[in-house]
Amino acid sequence: MRAPLSWLREYADIPTTAMGDDVANALVRAGLEVEDVETIGADIDGPLVIGRVISIEELTEFKKPIRYCHVDVGNKHGALVNGVQTTTRGIICGASNFVVGDTVVIAPPGTTLPGGFTIGSRETYGRLSDGMICSERELGLGQDHAGILVLASDTNADYTPGDDAAPVLGIGDTVFDIAVTPDRGYCLSIRGLAREAATGFDVEFRDPGVDLADLPAPAHSDQQPVNGLVEDFDAADLFMLRTLVGFNPSAPTPYASRRRLTMCGMRSVSLAVDITNYVMLELGQPLHAFDVKKLQGDIVVRRARPDEKLETLDHVVRELDPTDILITDDRGAISLAGTMGGTETEIDDASTDLVIEAAHFSASATALASRRHKLSSEASRRFERGVDRMLAPYASARAIALLVKHGGGTYIGATAVEAPHTSTTITLDAGLPGRVANLNIGPGEVVAKLEAVGCKVHKTESTLTVSPPTWRPDLTDPADLVEEVIRLIGYDNIPSRLPYAVVGRGLTRSQRQRRQVGRALAGAGYTEVLSFPFVGESDLDALALPADDPRRNMLQLANPISTEQPAMRTTLIPALLAAVRRNVGRGIDDVAIYELGSVFHLRDGQPTTGITNPPRPGVDYRPTQQEVSDLEALLPDQPMYLAVALTDNRERPGWWGTARESTWADAIEAARVVADSIHADLTVRGGAIPMPMHPGRCAELVVDDQIVGYAGELHPRVVQAVGLPPRTAVMELNLDMIMRASPDVVSGPRIDTFPVAKEDVALIVDATVPAADVEAALREGAGELLESVRLFDVYTGAQVGEGKRSLAYALRFRAPDRTLSVDEVTTAREAAVAEAATRVGAVLRGA
Amino acid sequence: MSAPNKSFDPVEVAALTEPEVTKARDAAIAAITAASHLDELKVARLAHAGDRSPLALANREIGALPPQAKAEAGQRLGAARAAVKQALEARQQELEADRDQRVLIEEAVDVTLPWDRTPRGARHPITTIQERIADVFIAMGYEVAEGPEVEAEWINFDALNIAPDHPARTMQDTFFVGNEDSGVVLRTHTSPVQIRSMLNRDLPIYVICPGRVYRTDELDATHAPVFHQVEGLVVDKGITMADLKGTLDHFAAAMFGPDAQTRLRPSYFPFTEPSAEIDFWFPQAKGGPRWIEWGGCGMVNPRVLRACGIDSDEYSGFAFGMGIDRALMFRHDVTDMRDMAEGDVRFTQAFGVEI
Repeated sequence: MRAPLSWLREYADIPTTAMGDDVANALVRAGLEVEDVETIGADIDGPLVIGRVISIEELTEFKKPIRYCHVDVGNKHGALVNGVQTTTRGIICGASNFVVGDTVVIAPPGTTLPGGFTIGSRETYGRLSDGMICSERELGLGQDHAGILVLASDTNADYTPGDDAAPVLGIGDTVFDIAVTPDRGYCLSIRGLAREAATGFDVEFRDPGVDLADLPAPAHSDQQPVNGLVEDFDAADLFMLRTLVGFNPSAPTPYASRRRLTMCGMRSVSLAVDITNYVMLELGQPLHAFDVKKLQGDIVVRRARPDEKLETLDHVVRELDPTDILITDDRGAISLAGTMGGTETEIDDASTDLVIEAAHFSASATALASRRHKLSSEASRRFERGVDRMLAPYASARAIALLVKHGGGTYIGATAVEAPHTSTTITLDAGLPGRVANLNIGPGEVVAKLEAVGCKVHKTESTLTVSPPTWRPDLTDPADLVEEVIRLIGYDNIPSRLPYAVVGRGLTRSQRQRRQVGRALAGAGYTEVLSFPFVGESDLDALALPADDPRRNMLQLANPISTEQPAMRTTLIPALLAAVRRNVGRGIDDVAIYELGSVFHLRDGQPTTGITNPPRPGVDYRPTQQEVSDLEALLPDQPMYLAVALTDNRERPGWWGTARESTWADAIEAARVVADSIHADLTVRGGAIPMPMHPGRCAELVVDDQIVGYAGELHPRVVQAVGLPPRTAVMELNLDMIMRASPDVVSGPRIDTFPVAKEDVALIVDATVPAADVEAALREGAGELLESVRLFDVYTGAQVGEGKRSLAYALRFRAPDRTLSVDEVTTAREAAVAEAATRVGAVLRGA
Repeated sequence: MSAPNKSFDPVEVAALTEPEVTKARDAAIAAITAASHLDELKVARLAHAGDRSPLALANREIGALPPQAKAEAGQRLGAARAAVKQALEARQQELEADRDQRVLIEEAVDVTLPWDRTPRGARHPITTIQERIADVFIAMGYEVAEGPEVEAEWINFDALNIAPDHPARTMQDTFFVGNEDSGVVLRTHTSPVQIRSMLNRDLPIYVICPGRVYRTDELDATHAPVFHQVEGLVVDKGITMADLKGTLDHFAAAMFGPDAQTRLRPSYFPFTEPSAEIDFWFPQAKGGPRWIEWGGCGMVNPRVLRACGIDSDEYSGFAFGMGIDRALMFRHDVTDMRDMAEGDVRFTQAFGVEI
């Protein structure tokens, strides 16, 4: 809502010394968000005067039409002719949208207009141009008008040549741009804002919304006022029509009103439309004008019928919903109530008979209709926030009075329908505001503050019975009244204290583990990325996932940002690969990144496009266990996943030696880093490897006999499809499963101090035998004395034969209670080798 | 070698005479002193203190002397050998010190050689700042509460006193999951975690809830469809707006230093009543200290307590929430939200692992 200070001052006695910023601060303290404070014409320097065009001489000898005008500018601003002060100036003008007698704005020589343009007295087109006839654009007041600003065409208008034009133009005025929260619908009006300003300055407020004084008495006429009916009082509990006939549709809107509309950000359309908008801005009551001659029969307010349609003023044909509130006549829908009128009954430049609709439509229904039709209008914004229920008769009267004043015509009367209304009262413990604010607020002060916002308060001992004013439908609960009292006392006055210390248990185990996993990966050289979790089919196509891959079963968004990525991710890999590619594209070659975040897996039976009749428990009780479970059942599984991707060098080349390229082994190592950091027992093994992984260079990651993820090189086809450097490696795992598998308590080791016995064995096995199996056999065979086993060399070549390889292990033996004898060590080593021979056909190399 | 002198005959053994012993000793000391290298010293030691050295050979002759002469010769020889030994040790030390000195110089390296063999890792500043904020509250006894990002509409809106027709629903541009009537949304704020906390936790409740949230904004320098918030919730007996203010003051000091301040401005949120916007006085702001709008807060609306089955006559509470991404922007001078989402490692690496 944009509001000029001069308009606020009409209804609130804001001190004349208060500048724009002072008023803005008062409004902020009242709870309004002032987004901008603009001073009109701040960049104009020097006088602007009212002028009246006396004569126009058309100069035809030039390529474009040029006029030489004489303008009456009063006896102070006229030209000096031979040292004698005259009342006119001769001015050259290139515009032709004005006639003799028009009232215009003159910038005399010496005045500087926006853009640093100083008016001079100069010879042009063979004449002395002694000033400028201004357009709104030149004055910086608007962009719409190409021609000269004509204040009035009527020589009898209230403008005197030579007067200062600044007040007429609003120059020096301040306009506030105010964001109004949904609870303060009444502040979408000058009336509401003036009330808040008056409260803020503790000055008098004159309510313009309670006055019928200017409404002419209805004239007797053969023509009957248009009749209004309401079928459904839940749709509109007050509906009023005032009829005006014989109106002059071509009467202009007075400049002062147009100027206010412009300052408030609205365009001038025609007198009738301008006045409905003007009254809406002033009082907050949306009004709609119908052309009486285009109506057929009575106007009826009702809900839409099946398959009903309406073309609204924005020329969109709308399919109506049975909950939409309509204004109808005999032919059907003529307006989407409280939101936008229809084209068929729109007033135009021939509309002489008008009916002004003022109603109190259901806030809820208006809000839903506005959302459903994605149609937000000045009217709907006000209705959905709640319009003063008592305002319609006053606002429509004000509109009629203004229409008659400026466009003539005869007011022939009103029809109105009103539902019985019981006003709400709120019972408030007078001590509550003080308790909430932790301040000493006496009952008298509570009453005073509530009365300041317009409440009627009845006090019995410490209990207050409060009737909120009709313009505050948001005040329904004691807590609402508490806020009113405390905000008027000022939030700055609330003391500061800390609650008594409570006893917390710190982070949960999984919260600690997640932090630790991140730190471990960062320590291992990985950089975290946070991607948007949106994906599309094409992302999964690039991963070459088969059609029946469960990762293709994605939760769809009804209103995605991008149609390319309309679904929620089931895997972190696409976004991680996109990040790799982006980094590489920006010249960062050695990339090692990780992401930790939720993925979204539909549960059995959950459709990708959701259900349509979800459970919706009430909100005036705690939902039952069943209701909570029903809500939870709507949601997909959202496990925490972890993925890494790395490409190019894991270690860079340098004076220390050559580079080490990142490989499948680094990706698997990343999984081990993660598992080790939280003590999870991770098994790495070969297996049936799904896309997008390289079938021969990828491992299954297994915890507690369950596959939790994969690590290794990407499939070369995927590398190519995504556009990645060759041999890009990735790892992805279900972190929740790994975290669950880690022990609650880590057991400390027993440190044995007897001497260690070291034995190396080299075993020749088939090249297809996994090293993990060989190691497992050695461990099993070596028995309890084995302290550790470590593979330190892998050899393939002629010496071990085709299809074979040699694995060299360092075995360490130690006993907790004695120094091992040579025999014991030999026996253990031989048992280890024998087990390896039995299980995997290992042959001791050199034996 | 002479046989033992068992007859006690006076025998003259040349090697044991004083001049001979003195000569051998002086020769030894001269050789030791002359040794300029440990290897030379070793040669000198073998020659003058080894088994075949003149003094060692002389020692063997003592037995040949008559008893009365043994003591005198033994003393003489012992003194000479001790002097040689001492000289040897002294020279050994000197030469070892020389060697050590030399080696340390010889094996010195250029310590300014760069080492960037393995690129450093880093954690995303969104992650670390969330942890930092959470830690402030954990230290105050709060616990970290979490909830799902795909959330039931009832929990995201209805239970927070945002009815289906409530204008606040149009304030937040919501991603609907599946279809617009599915009852499932991408959570538009972290406030649903308040509801989950009140439904699932025992009273009193002191929780902080950082997390990812969604609105249908196009990505540009100052907007993102995916961003982060942190929410605080306290429900206890006797909680007042003063407790809210004190908590925010404490938080401000923890985040922005002892000179930080807070200011509350009346505002509106459906789930709090009274409600306020929070301004923080940020002394370290780039371009000078200033007020920064950062979040909203208020007393938990009794309607919200009721929807969670909490007796609002007995319990009251406060809640506050602020944007994490915005904090990165003003606290750490990040100027473009896209940098947070694009995964450029240069951005994240600038923040290391602690913010």
